[in-house]
Amino acid sequence: MAIRTQVSLTLNDEATDFLCEPRQTLLEVLRDELDLTGSKEGCATGDCGACSVLLDGRVVCSCLVLAVEAAGREVTTVEGLADGERLHPLQTAFLEHAALQCGVCTPGFLVAAKALLDRNPDPSEREVRYELAGNLCRCTGYDKIVRAVLAAARTMREANGGGGRARGE
Amino acid sequence: MALVFIPAQLRHLTGGRDRVDVAGATVGELVEAIDALHPGFGARVVADGELVPALAVSVDGDLVSGGLHETVRPASEVHFVPALGGG
Amino acid sequence: MSASDDPKSTGQATGGAERRFRVVGTRPVRHDGIDKVTGRARYGADVSLPGMLHGKVLRSPHAHARIVSIDASRAAALPGVKAIVTGADMPQVSGATEQAGEGTSNPRWLSDNILAKHKVLYTGHAVAAVAATSPHVAEEALALIDVRYEVLPHVLDVRRATAQGAPILHEDLRTQGLPTPSDQPTNVASVVLFERGDLAAALRAADVVVEREFDTAMVHQGYIEPHNAVAQVNPDGQATVWCSTQGAFDVRHFCAQILAMPLSQIRVVPAEIGGGFGGKTTIYLEPLAILLARKAGRPVKLVMSRAEVLRATGPTSGSHIRVKMGATRDGRITCADATLLYEAGAFPGSPVWAGAMCLLAPYDIETLRVEGYDVVVNRPKTAAYRAPGASNASFAAESVVDELAARLGMDPIELRTRNAAREGTPTPAGPRHRRIGSVEVLEAARRCPQYLSDLNAATGDGHLHAGGALTPPAAKRRGRGFAIGFWFNAGLQSSATIGINADGTASLVTGSPDIGGTRTSCAMIAAEELGLPVEHIRPVVADTDSVGHTDVTGGSRVTMATGLAVYEAAQDVKRQLCERAAALWKTEPGAVRFADGCVVASDGDTPKLALAEIAKQLGRTGGPVVGRATVNAQKATGAAFAGTLVDVEVDVETGKVDVLRCTVIQDAGRAIHPAYVEGQMQGGTAQGIGWALNEEYVYDDEGRLLNAGFLDYRMPVALDLPMIETVIVEVPNPRHPYGVRGVGEVSIVPPPAAVANAIANATGVRMTTLPMSPPRVLAALHAAGVGVGREETRVAAAT
Repeated sequence: MAIRTQVSLTLNDEATDFLCEPRQTLLEVLRDELDLTGSKEGCATGDCGACSVLLDGRVVCSCLVLAVEAAGREVTTVEGLADGERLHPLQTAFLEHAALQCGVCTPGFLVAAKALLDRNPDPSEREVRYELAGNLCRCTGYDKIVRAVLAAARTMREANGGGGRARGE
Repeated sequence: MALVFIPAQLRHLTGGRDRVDVAGATVGELVEAIDALHPGFGARVVADGELVPALAVSVDGDLVSGGLHETVRPASEVHFVPALGGG
Repeated sequence: MSASDDPKSTGQATGGAERRFRVVGTRPVRHDGIDKVTGRARYGADVSLPGMLHGKVLRSPHAHARIVSIDASRAAALPGVKAIVTGADMPQVSGATEQAGEGTSNPRWLSDNILAKHKVLYTGHAVAAVAATSPHVAEEALALIDVRYEVLPHVLDVRRATAQGAPILHEDLRTQGLPTPSDQPTNVASVVLFERGDLAAALRAADVVVEREFDTAMVHQGYIEPHNAVAQVNPDGQATVWCSTQGAFDVRHFCAQILAMPLSQIRVVPAEIGGGFGGKTTIYLEPLAILLARKAGRPVKLVMSRAEVLRATGPTSGSHIRVKMGATRDGRITCADATLLYEAGAFPGSPVWAGAMCLLAPYDIETLRVEGYDVVVNRPKTAAYRAPGASNASFAAESVVDELAARLGMDPIELRTRNAAREGTPTPAGPRHRRIGSVEVLEAARRCPQYLSDLNAATGDGHLHAGGALTPPAAKRRGRGFAIGFWFNAGLQSSATIGINADGTASLVTGSPDIGGTRTSCAMIAAEELGLPVEHIRPVVADTDSVGHTDVTGGSRVTMATGLAVYEAAQDVKRQLCERAAALWKTEPGAVRFADGCVVASDGDTPKLALAEIAKQLGRTGGPVVGRATVNAQKATGAAFAGTLVDVEVDVETGKVDVLRCTVIQDAGRAIHPAYVEGQMQGGTAQGIGWALNEEYVYDDEGRLLNAGFLDYRMPVALDLPMIETVIVEVPNPRHPYGVRGVGEVSIVPPPAAVANAIANATGVRMTTLPMSPPRVLAALHAAGVGVGREETRVAAAT
């Protein structure tokens, strides 16, 4: 049996420890050891984005990160997006715009979209498409996902009082 | 008399005819009636008392699920079509 | 909350007397929505049981080989390995084809595909499976299984597979459907033939004849969630399987059949499903999980990798299709001749029948001959993929129709309208069309904003340019293309129960796994009938022991057929509530009716009771009320038509094709939840565009799949597509209480032809091979002399 290493990190704003084998990916540990099964494995090669998480605020494919690499860092998964029972504006927008069908890519899209809006609160349609090009969805044709992200951005800008410039679609 | 359309591959059994008028209350009876006129037809359409699995039957435009037991009206149009699936 | 209105969607109700709906046609948020945006929803791979082992599957490295021996002793000795199964562990099953689920199945072929017995027939064909204490140990064990193969010549291509001297996959295969049965070994599993009229004479009489040959590549459904299964088997033989499937009852049926178990010994629990598109209507891992769990005495979980999904699960057929059509000078298509060869994969069962039946279905053509061949090749066994077989056929037929229009100097949509099939038109296979919406779809296409727009008004990045035309750069050519597609839609069997709660809310139990929001569309039907808010209905997808038999979520049928069962179950509820009210009011049940969510006495005096009020009285009027219904919905089906309009920009220097703008126009019959209808239309269109432009299985000379990953199997990403505009046409299905036809599939049918027609419109070059990837487009442009001298020099230097 392989030697297990202790890893301490901040996971969804909580200090967390786990033991893992050096060969285990962050995705595997999140799902199998920590029971955070919201992050999905679609390919294990970094091509589909279903396992997207934030590592110190940046989107990464957790299937390409070794769990030991997360030591001392901040990880946010889809389970950490809502504030208690209050959904993140992106989650609300995905529901209101019917931006999911099977829903298996949804956690990855939400995480990637959050990273985008944290960095750029007023993206154009093209920017949304560019930033989400690392996430595959086979059900929706992306139309409603793009609309939901643009709508969430609007909501978040309004909530932040700025509003920003209105952009034509 | 119901109008039964003969699948292209079986028209050599009906002397080249692509449709046959026969009487019967069910698809099975129609098949028997055709077989009486054109021996060999039944054996290509029926196996073990059921419609062969590769075929489905259409009555008046409906793909029906009753197979040989499906009832037909006197003026029904009956087709044998390939059984198929969807996704 | 309610989903926002989409300004780009315009519902167009047509047809007779309109029922006024309260819930149908609105856009409520789906009941499982919060679970799915918070990560709480449990998909198959999320299932974990105490003491669970992890399984892995050993797969063939060869395209075609005889298995000489399998020695698993070294693997068995690895610490942590708890069970190993090979083909020898599978029962012998019948080789007779039977009717199952949506189509036919042959238990022996199914069994042989799940675990090879004597031969492997494609790279990725399962040979053995291991269960161990961790996935890593199971994977290490696979490397310790020694399999000796005798490699055989392989064949990947339908034309080679049907040629003299081709390697034979199945020595005992004989062609079905020949006029005279043959006893020759062959790779042609079956032939279908539709013939009417004198084709030779009709072709001679035609003013214009166009003939083309087309090739389409094998493509995969590409669901994001890989196949998975967890099984637990008790010492008494009772098995429970959790898996991602479109049809739990089909999983149960197939497992029982190939493992020789009674149905009652297997319970199948459908987990949330991460996409299927037809590919999850069959089984792969489930029997292996049962066998491993039985041997190990512990639960076992199997999850495929993406490479396994691509190498070993249901792609749809690549094909070779020849189409010849004749027309008169005034634009009447008089005759058509088509031959279709479809790859079945390693075992018989391509959707060539469907392709043959759909190819000419949009048209009223008097004289025709359509011949289809189901051909086995050393590729994975094909499975259903969204309107199986129809996209290939439509690509061929709709390209030829477009070329006919060009030759006749007619508007392509006008030519289609002039020849459109209508109610009563015989389909290619013979049966007459019922009430269909083909003409309405064509008319709506001619009215849609994109059709009325200037082709040069779209910018290159999916936006509408604010002010007028924008001339593309010299190397970019723009074109517009249209195609129409037909799909049957399925009926099949469904069950539903509605339980009335004491507070007047209700539970709704069906057996239809929910892929695209059908929990909610079914709940909307119950809410409409019972006069309840849709939030007061809690829809549940049940396991095989908790609901009546229900066929697959497939064939666009759930909202139509399971919805019909829900509608009938609601009538049952209403009938029972009227009986209870009659008992309370001491009158006859016939003197009480249910209207607007209330039981109402016909005397006009008794105050009516809302459902919530009568619900409180159930205990004392005879006990709970549960409405139930089962349906065979075959006779309620309504066929579907969709049209796709695309504007493309072709870069003649690189061969890259960008879709600038796209509209899908589809007859839904009735849109229960318009946002989910649009979602189906957009999703199918996106898959169709991927099929058109990029997706293909690429093999090396040894028959190994070279692109078994999402990096190289290139599905569209957000950046590849524009917004997909939708026009929902509603020509009600006269035999469904709401007019529902089903919307899941047909939108994938026309896109490949629409894109090809747009490329032809842009460049004058007719593409006849899918995908129309940059190298293929560039080669075709150069062959036709389109483009500028610079890159012709470059190509010349490269060759």
